[in-house]
Parts: sequence; C-alpha cells; structure tokens
Amino acid sequence: MKKYVSDLHVAGVEYPREGYVLLRLTDASRKLPEMQPGQFAEVRVDGFPGTFLRRPISINYVDRRNNELWLLIHVVGDGTRTLATLRTGDRLNCVFPLGRGFSLPKEDGKKLLLVGGGVGTAPLLYYGEQLRRTGCEPVFLLGGRTQSDLMQLDLFGQLGTVHITTEDSSAGETGFVTNHSVWRESTFDAVATCGPKPMMKAVALMARERHIPCEASLENMMACGVGACLCCVEKTREGNLCVCKEGPVFNTDLLNWNE
Amino acid sequence: MAKLNVNIGDLTLKNPVMTASGTFGYGIEFSDFIDLSRLGGIIVKGTTLHPREGNDYPRMAETASGMLNCVGLQNKGVDYFCENIYPEIKKIGTNMIVNVSGSTPEDYAACAARIAALPEIPAIELNISCPNVKNGGMAFGVTCEGAASVVKAVREVYPQTMIVKLSPNVTNIADIARAVEAEGADSVSLINTLMGMSIDIERRCSRLSIGTGGLSGPAVKPIALRMVWQVANAVNIPVVGLGGIMNATDALEFLMAGATAIEIGTANFIDPTVTVQVIEGMEAWLDRHGVSDVNDIIGTLRT
Repeated sequence: MKKYVSDLHVAGVEYPREGYVLLRLTDASRKLPEMQPGQFAEVRVDGFPGTFLRRPISINYVDRRNNELWLLIHVVGDGTRTLATLRTGDRLNCVFPLGRGFSLPKEDGKKLLLVGGGVGTAPLLYYGEQLRRTGCEPVFLLGGRTQSDLMQLDLFGQLGTVHITTEDSSAGETGFVTNHSVWRESTFDAVATCGPKPMMKAVALMARERHIPCEASLENMMACGVGACLCCVEKTREGNLCVCKEGPVFNTDLLNWNE
Repeated sequence: MAKLNVNIGDLTLKNPVMTASGTFGYGIEFSDFIDLSRLGGIIVKGTTLHPREGNDYPRMAETASGMLNCVGLQNKGVDYFCENIYPEIKKIGTNMIVNVSGSTPEDYAACAARIAALPEIPAIELNISCPNVKNGGMAFGVTCEGAASVVKAVREVYPQTMIVKLSPNVTNIADIARAVEAEGADSVSLINTLMGMSIDIERRCSRLSIGTGGLSGPAVKPIALRMVWQVANAVNIPVVGLGGIMNATDALEFLMAGATAIEIGTANFIDPTVTVQVIEGMEAWLDRHGVSDVNDIIGTLRT
C-alpha cells in the first residue's frame, strides 16, 4: 500500500469527552488514498523542542463521502496537547497510511468480535465499517472504567451490535471486557482487540481457549514509522519485529505473550 | 546549475547528500516518498558477521530537539544481506554503502570481505562507534590503538572505498581520525551518536532498556560541526559530516567546516523527503551565490 506525506487540512474538531480530541482531516486537492483498518498516521507536531518526533495515531475512521480521515487522540503529553489545540482550517502534516492493519476475512458472512478498551476502541470503528462493507458481521465489545470513557457509541451502533462493560456499573455489564456474557452466549469466527496490553493479553487468551484466531493492535513507542530505525520492536516467535511495519496489528499467536 | 558531484576516495557521489546508517533502512522503506536515485548515497543499516537480535524494548526516548536510541545493531547478518537484500537494492541507482560492525577485528574483516564480493556495493562504512553494544562497537572507536586495529584488519581484505565512522565519545577525536588515516582509511565520517540518558522520575528508572543510549538530532549539531571542523583540519582524507542535519543550511555549515559530503539521519523520521529538499536547497544556495561547483565551498570557513 503506497505511503504518502501530505499536508492535510482540519475539516472539523470534536471533543468527545475531556482529555480527547477527534480531528477530522481532509485533503482538499485529491481523494484520500486507500487505507486498511488498523493502519496509522505519523503526525507532525511543530513548535516545541520537546515534541521533536512525529506522533503515531491510529486511523479512527475514513469517511469516503466527505473525503475525511478521522484521528481520535487521547491527550497524554505535550505532543497530543498541541494537537488538541488545532482548529478547523489548520494544516497537519501526516505520513500515512502506515503499517499492517486488521485482516478482512476472505469470505463474507463471518462474525467477528471486536474488543476495545479506552482510546483503543478508535481503530475498531473503521474496522467495523470495512467488515460490514465486505459482508461480515462485526460485534463490538467496548470496555471502560465508567460510562463516559466510552466514545462514539452511536457510530458503533450503526455498524453492529454493541456490548459494554464498565468497572463502576454505570453502563452495560459490570467488570472487564473478558467477563462479559457475550463470550458465553455467542460464537465468533475471529477476535480483534485494541487497548491496554493487559486487556489484550486476556482477550488473546480467551480467543485461544476457543480456538479462534485473534489479532491485536500494539502501540510501542516509535520513531520512524516505516521500519527503518528498529526502535519499536516487539518480541515475537520470528524474533524482534517492528510494530510500525510488521504491525501494529499482529496475530496474537505470533507474540510471546504467554512466556 | 552548480556542479554537485564530490569524491570520497575512488567513490564519486552525484551530490554530497547521503543517508545515515540505521535511519533509512535499506532505502526501499522510503521509496514511496522520494526518488532514491537522486541521493548521493545510501548507507544501509549496521551489518554484522552473525545475526543480532539487538537490545530489549524500550530502545528509544524522545529528548529536547533529539532522541536517544539503544537499538544495538539488530540485523540478520551479512549472509542474509548478501542473499536477500542485496538483490533488492543493487539497482536503486545510487551508491549503496554498507555499514559494517563487529565484536573483534576479525569479525569486521570477515564481514567486509563478504561485502567486497558484491559488485554493486562500492564502499563500506566501518562502524567503530556504536554506543549500544557490549563488545566491540564503540570500544574500538575510543582509543587510537583500537580504531587502528580494526582498520588494519579490514584494509587487508577490503580494496574499495573504506569510510570509518568515528565516535564523539572521546577526548580528542582528531587523534582517532589520524590513527585510522595512518592505517589506510579512505575517509572518516562523524559523528556517531553521543552517549546519553533519560530518566522517568515516576518509575525512577531509565527510559531505555540498557540504561543509556545514543543521542542524535539537532541537539547534537553544534558538537558535530565543531568535531568535523577539528578533524578536517587534522587529516588529509575527505571527511563526511553528520549529526543533527535537518535542512540545507545545516548541510552547508558542515561543508564549510570541511566536510566533503554529509549524512542525514534522524531528520528522515521527521520528514521522509528531507534528503531531496537538502539537495535542492544546497543547489539553490550555490546558484544564488554564483558558486559553480560545490567543491569550491568545502572547508572555506573564513577566519
């Protein structure tokens, strides 16, 4: 998949909840390129010596009708704080689409469980849309500490059934995503997960117990984003692999998570 | 249009702009962004006689105007390079230079001998300055005797252009440069990264798996420039300058300080098209100043 470096324009900014910003980016001069769900953009943050490197941000959604690329950003440090100050009309330099994304089943009619936690739900929106487009059925299982942690529920709901867990019982079933009754009551052809690593490890284990394939999206710290610097490696059965190039999405059987 | 080609030993570069080892993969990682054949050269990632897994994650920490890394020479070894990567990169249309590292002078020589057999690799860069490996690497680059021993061993088996990459983590870099020149190096490149550290005060531990790492980026540029100037005044072989070059202005500073060519490293992470912009910016500066040949500005610092 061809990679681009371009100045995208901010077409809209939303603040789904405190500490998060959704940037809707567009390219005024051309159609946005093909992008796989689970791929990411390396976003340039200028202006401060401490935010020297680009920030890798997963692709939240691609709105083809409006030629928009959505990035849902958790404000955690100086770089993301600067990104949260962007306004409609500003420019943002992006290198994208990068990495290897989630797999789309070769046959239609497959039922997939997409398990997200926190801002890790972001790439599952576009994945769900792509699964629907290819005739598959996405089922979402989204977890948060509390109800307000869960974002874009209306959009997820348009793509498939949405199951929720919260730790404080404010919405859905109480507990973690791995406790949810959907695991007992339904069967799936595959599982995909994105979120905190302990959650993804637990989800991968549940998929393994059910003998279904599982993919997880990792977010190791990275510099180049294209597999050149070898900074973001994850230990796998095939040795150290770059999360930015061979990932960020890996089949969990490849990862040394149970050692 | 100004003439841009320069010579490093027997090697002719179509312009002075190369990419630094470990920051540009094997070039092909960047082929979507730029026409690789426009570059003066591509120095591919550090290659060793045997495969190396490198250090544990985390290997990188962002710092003010720069970054630390402790990758530790992860690579699949010289045999894998010769069989699987060389066929993919030999027709890129620029000088493909292999960065060679090792744990003993014999390792370096064995690896260099394998590279010497590849007709489309016109030069090697000997890495005697990697700060992130326990044995070899920088250990050789910090003493005149160590540096000389590696160059001597490789010179016996490698007849083509040999560039020796020097460590800045030394008391007097000009002494090291003179030592490798005396053993027959065709050129020296400098600087490799400066050893540094970054601490996460919440976890009270280093941000890097092995504690320390190599600092690169614009934070190191003034030091690199000073060292290039010192070395250019100390040796008769051409000097390749690197360290924090982000744009054509930075590159021209290195040429004026005495570098015949330059390498761009960390800047590739910020802008994957930076190399081509530096070439164009350099050309524009020469034209604007009526300089017809880039060689006419090398080492022309006015005092």
